[in-house]
Amino acid sequence: MPNMIVCCKQVPDPEAPPSLFKVDSAANKMVIASDVKPVIGQYDEFALEAALRIKGKQGGKITVLSLGNKIARDVIKKSLAVGADELILLEDEAFEESDSWATAYALAAAIKKVGEYDVIFCGRQSSDWDAGQVGIGIAEILGIPAVTLARKVEFSDGSVKIDRVIPDGYETVDVAPPVLITVTSELGALRYPALKGIMAAGKKQPIVYKPADIGLESSQVGAAGRHINLSKLFQPVKEAKCEIIEGENGEEAGVNLALRLREAKLL
Amino acid sequence: MAENKGILVYGELTEGKLAAITTELLGCGRKLAGELNEELSCLLVSDSIGEAGKEAIAFGADKVYTAEDPSLKQYQVESYLQVIDRLVKDTAPRIVLFGQTAAGRDLAPHIAFKAETCLSTDCLDLSIDPETKLLLQTRPVYGGNAQATFVSELLPQIATIRSKAMSPLEQDDSRPGEVIPTKVEIDTSAIKVKVVETVKEEISGIKLEDAPAIVCGGRGIGSAEPFNTSLKELAELLHGAVGASRPPADNGWVSEAMHIGLTGKIVAPDIYFAVAISGASQHIAGCSGAKHIIAINKDPEANIFKEAELGVVGKYEEVIPALTGKLKELLSS
Repeated sequence: MPNMIVCCKQVPDPEAPPSLFKVDSAANKMVIASDVKPVIGQYDEFALEAALRIKGKQGGKITVLSLGNKIARDVIKKSLAVGADELILLEDEAFEESDSWATAYALAAAIKKVGEYDVIFCGRQSSDWDAGQVGIGIAEILGIPAVTLARKVEFSDGSVKIDRVIPDGYETVDVAPPVLITVTSELGALRYPALKGIMAAGKKQPIVYKPADIGLESSQVGAAGRHINLSKLFQPVKEAKCEIIEGENGEEAGVNLALRLREAKLL
Repeated sequence: MAENKGILVYGELTEGKLAAITTELLGCGRKLAGELNEELSCLLVSDSIGEAGKEAIAFGADKVYTAEDPSLKQYQVESYLQVIDRLVKDTAPRIVLFGQTAAGRDLAPHIAFKAETCLSTDCLDLSIDPETKLLLQTRPVYGGNAQATFVSELLPQIATIRSKAMSPLEQDDSRPGEVIPTKVEIDTSAIKVKVVETVKEEISGIKLEDAPAIVCGGRGIGSAEPFNTSLKELAELLHGAVGASRPPADNGWVSEAMHIGLTGKIVAPDIYFAVAISGASQHIAGCSGAKHIIAINKDPEANIFKEAELGVVGKYEEVIPALTGKLKELLSS
C-alpha cells in the first residue's frame, strides 16, 4: 500500500475579486482585504484529490505537509476531513518570505524526516505566486523523477501510471516509485468532506515542526534562505476606457455593436 | 569558477521549423545581449534539425548548438535535461531563457534546481540592471493581479518567457553565425519515466493560437450547447475559433484544448469577444495580448469591462445572435 505525501499551501482565495488585491509599493508587499478568506491552493486541492482516489482503491497512507506561519487550523484541517491521515505543519516565523528554493528545500527536508514515501503530490503551481517550481525542486533535491501536469494517476504494485496534459492532448507515462507528481485542474475537484470526517479532523492535532526539527538552520529557511529577491511589486495602471454600446434590449444592443464594429473598422 | 558569459536560448521546433516562441526568445535575447555586449546562442534538440539552425541565426543567434539524435525524436524530460544540463555546464552562460511552454515550464525548474539557483517563470519583461549586470525578471503574480520584478545574484540567471510577450526580429538570412553540432550521449539508465502512449485531442477548425478572431465563452454560458451553436456561428463568420475560460473546461462543457488563460492557452488575436466572462485575472492572463477586446456580459460591474474596448451589458442569448445576424449582412455588402 502506497505511502503518499501531499504538499498543500494556504493562500488567499484566488477566486476573490481583483479589486481586493492591492500592492503596498513602499513595503513591496501584497495587501489583501480581510474579506479574502484563506484557502488551500486550488491546484494543491487537486493534488490531494489524486492521492485520495488512490487511497480509495489501494488503501495506503496520506500525509499532508504545509509550510508557512500562522497557518489557519480550520483551513488546513480540511485535508484531514476529506481523508488524509496525518498533517505536518512546518510552521515558524523563520519560514516567512520563503521563495521557491527555500520552500522546496524545507519541504524536501521534512519529507526526508517522514522517511517512507512512494508518491509525493504537489499542485502544478501555487495559487498566489504562480511560479510552478516547488514540486520539480523537491524532486531534484530528493533525486527522484518528477512527472508534471497529471490529470489521472493510477498506482499498482511497483508502478505509477500517469496521464499528463500536453499541448492538444495527453500522454501516458509509466514510472516506478518513488516519484513526484504535479497535478492540474483536469484531474477534478477535491471531494467534499463528510460530517464524520469533519468531526474526526476536529479531534486530530497536527504535528508542528520548527526548522531545527527538520535539521535546518534558520539561515537556510524563509527570507534568509532565498535564492531570488523581490525588488519591485506593482500593479500596472489600467485606464477604464470601455465604450458601452446601448440598446433598448439585448437584440438592439447586438445590432448596434455590429454597426459600431464596422464603423471603427475592427471587422 | 569560470566566468559565466553570454545568453543561451533553449529553442523549440514545430514541424521542423523554429517555433514562434523561439523567435520571440531570440528577439528578447538579442536585446539583452546588446545591453551586456555578450553573445547570444541557441540550443536546438531534436531527431532532425534540418535548416532550423540557420533560421535561428537569421532571427538573431550568434551561435547555434544542435543536439541531433534519433533518441530525441519525442520530448522526454529526463533525456532532454541531460542534453541541456551538459551544455549549460560546458558553456557556462550568464543567462538561460526558455519559453513558458509545455517543455519550458518543465525543463527550466529542473535546470535551475540542478544549478542550485532559482528562476522566474512566465516573465513578461526582462532587462539588464546597468550597474550590477543582473537580470531583472518581471512576471505576473497573484493570478495577474500584480506584477513583480525579481533579481537573483546567482548564476546562471534563468527565466521562462510567456508566449507573445516579446517581439521577434525581422528574419535576416544574411546575418552571420555559426551552427555547432554537439555530441549527444544519453545515459539511458537515468531515464525513469517511460512514455507509453500519446493521444491527440484535436479540435476541428482553426487553432486558437493562429485565429485572427476568437469568440470565448465563460461560466455564464451555462452549458455545452452554445459553444457549438451561437458562439460557433459568430466565430465561423469571422473565420475565427471558439475558446473558453476555465469554468467551461473544468465543467466538461468544452475540451481542455479550448481553455484560454494562465494555465491554458495564451492567445493574441486581432479581435476577442469575451462572452459571459467575468474577467478574472487568471483569464485575462491568456487574452491580454488581443488587439481589441469586446465584452458581452449581463453584469455591468463585471471586471471584463475594465479590460474591454467595447462592451454590451446584456444577456448573451439575445446579443450574440443579433450581432451575428447584423454582421453577416454588413460583411456581405
